Amino acid sequence: MKRNLKNRIRKDPPAKQVRQDIRQTKTAGGNFFDKLNAYRDLHAHALFSSLGRLVASPFTSIMTIAVLAIAISLASGFYILVENLQQLTGNLETSNRISLFLRDDVSDAHANKLAETIRQNANIQEVELITREQALAEFKTYSGFGAAINAVEKNPLPIVIQVLPKNTLEDKQGLETLLKSFQQSPEVDFAQMDLKWIERLQSIIEVARLFATLLNLMLGAAVLFVIGNIIRLELHTRRDEVVIAKLVGATNSFIQRPFLYTGFWIGFISGVSAWFVVTAMMLILRQSVEKLSGLYEGGFHLLFLSFTETLALIGISSALGVLGSWVVLMCQLQRTKPE
Amino acid sequence: MIKFVNVSKRYPETGDVLRNVSFHLQRGEIAFLTGHSGAGKSTLLRLIAAMERCSRGQILLDGQDLSHAKENQLPFIRRKMGFIYQDYKLLQDRTVFDNVALPLVIAGFGHHEIVRRVRAALDKVSLTGKEKKYPLALSGGEQQRVGIARAVVNKPPMIIADEPTGNLDPQLSKEIMFLFGQFQQVGVTVLIASHDISLITQLNYRVLKLDHGQLVSS
Repeated sequence: MKRNLKNRIRKDPPAKQVRQDIRQTKTAGGNFFDKLNAYRDLHAHALFSSLGRLVASPFTSIMTIAVLAIAISLASGFYILVENLQQLTGNLETSNRISLFLRDDVSDAHANKLAETIRQNANIQEVELITREQALAEFKTYSGFGAAINAVEKNPLPIVIQVLPKNTLEDKQGLETLLKSFQQSPEVDFAQMDLKWIERLQSIIEVARLFATLLNLMLGAAVLFVIGNIIRLELHTRRDEVVIAKLVGATNSFIQRPFLYTGFWIGFISGVSAWFVVTAMMLILRQSVEKLSGLYEGGFHLLFLSFTETLALIGISSALGVLGSWVVLMCQLQRTKPE
Repeated sequence: MIKFVNVSKRYPETGDVLRNVSFHLQRGEIAFLTGHSGAGKSTLLRLIAAMERCSRGQILLDGQDLSHAKENQLPFIRRKMGFIYQDYKLLQDRTVFDNVALPLVIAGFGHHEIVRRVRAALDKVSLTGKEKKYPLALSGGEQQRVGIARAVVNKPPMIIADEPTGNLDPQLSKEIMFLFGQFQQVGVTVLIASHDISLITQLNYRVLKLDHGQLVSS
């Protein structure tokens, strides 16, 4: 204990001097604005020289960026797919209707009467009767199986009564009871709540979203590793430069700077390329999707990446570039020493 | 200026490379470091350059304890020394000007100051007018002088040269030694690792001789 204290007392003065000396070295070289300009110049130089290096070896750069752009566009493709699916359920959310499929032996007149009775129910907001003929006409127009249906002698479609209950979204219990009462009436063959399959669709989309998130995490990790490996190779080829800079007193942050900018450029350019890839794919898909949406009378329009999402895409790719480089530099720079 | 106190360096693979080395170089002193190959010259220089830490003992540079300095302080300590190498260690893809300017750029000097100091350093080693040349376009002696200009451009209080004349003919070696003498006269401490016996005997400087990791004369 005593010895420790003695040691500390003995060591203290040199330690103080170290700090002082470092301060002196740090403040060397002109006034504040001169230094500020020098610092800005350093960054500008690193920014442009790292881009210059990428341009100087176009083949390697293009190969790398192509791989990364594909990975990033896959990730953002999955994202936009889920977004679009989500929009699909968004459109359907209002239709919490119950469809009653009537028995074959129920006549149109009887069905009309039944619809009237249902309309009297205080819980019901709206009732719509779809006769066999209407259903058939609709089916012929929208399903694309018109010719096939013509070949069938008897109209196979049942009469459908569509019921829109009041305030049903909040009260699931009441909805269930209503559904059960319809199910029990003798004319009804089968009663189905639209909400049920919306719920199913939603949970499917939830699974898809989770899957896309996991996939995106993996693709992000892949981008990180690819960029890390590129920086590692770059560090290897520029080893002499790093060693010399170290010997003449470069701090780690000075040595890291150009490499971090290289990582940034690779990430940034890949992100921008990925945006173009995704947008091109969406443009190719758009016509078919709009046509399909028309067939379903849907108000469904293909969603493209919004401005914020585009910024996020490019921002995340650039950040991954910097992060990947930084991790590699952290591990490798310590080990880069002169022989 | 630089003081070794019972310094030992042990590598797990090769055992003790330096054993209980102690010496003290005063400010403005010039000395040769000599010894057969494998005697520990390079290790000693690496310890001074703070590329390695000693296993035991203390190395003081201008009062600072190198063996206990924090990792992030080492770059600032290295800025107090100018290193000169047998193989020059120049960046082949940069001009003479950029090579010499490197320590100043690293230290964060402003552009005008850099230009002024690089010109002065190149003038000192008689390389004025070669700023825009690339190292490969220069002769060995000229490249070595670029290395020297880079070492002194930051005006460090200490210069360490590792076999600076190893690749040069006697005439050029003499010129380089003359330069070192000039630096010494303005108060710079100079340590020259060399096994060029004729050169060492010609000049009546202090000689630190290493033998199997031990200092046998100083």
